[in-house]
Amino acid sequence: MANSTTTERTTTIPYRSRRRRECRFCKEHVDFIDYKDVKTLMDFIPERGKILPRRLSGVCAPHQRMLARAIKRARNMALIPYVLD
Amino acid sequence: MRNYELLFIISPQVADHEVEGVIEQVKNHLTDLGATITKVENMGRRKLAYEINHFQEGTYALIQFESQGGEIGELERRLRVMDQVLRYLTVRLDRDLRRIARMKRKRERRRSEPARAGSAKEQRGGKSGERKA
Repeated sequence: MANSTTTERTTTIPYRSRRRRECRFCKEHVDFIDYKDVKTLMDFIPERGKILPRRLSGVCAPHQRMLARAIKRARNMALIPYVLD
Repeated sequence: MRNYELLFIISPQVADHEVEGVIEQVKNHLTDLGATITKVENMGRRKLAYEINHFQEGTYALIQFESQGGEIGELERRLRVMDQVLRYLTVRLDRDLRRIARMKRKRERRRSEPARAGSAKEQRGGKSGERKA
């Protein structure tokens, strides 16, 4: 039964390979995500302007926390929009 | 001493040649409050991601400084009064800087002794044994 659910999952998400990729920030040994680095932050802002969840981006939990904080700081300083349409 | 970083947006109504004067004012506030300025950067005029006080753009300026921390409240109070400053953000850096240094050290250690990675546990075990003896 466990087997059937995993196969189902891989078929419902076609655009993502089954193997989990290493977190992008871990791979590049990023120790700190700067809120002024708009270019990097915008990679994690989809059309609506929300913060991309890590289940979609594959970012690890510690880096997602850093990223979320940086995005919120950047929003406050009008470097990144709160909402996009 | 703590390290801080202050980013603020100067109103576009301030002419480009007057921007440095505003930055100088903020620097004076900082030194007046007993902070030591370590870095000043005029990041230039850029478009705001959304309107602030009906302005579409602003000049960003960054100042890094060292201070005790108690003066930040007063600093922000003074910035709020300056109508050339549209917005400001003070961020504490020293905790992050320390974490970055720690991570870097850890990584270097791991790189310099990759062969001993397996024997690290044994070494630690040996140490605790020494303590007992």
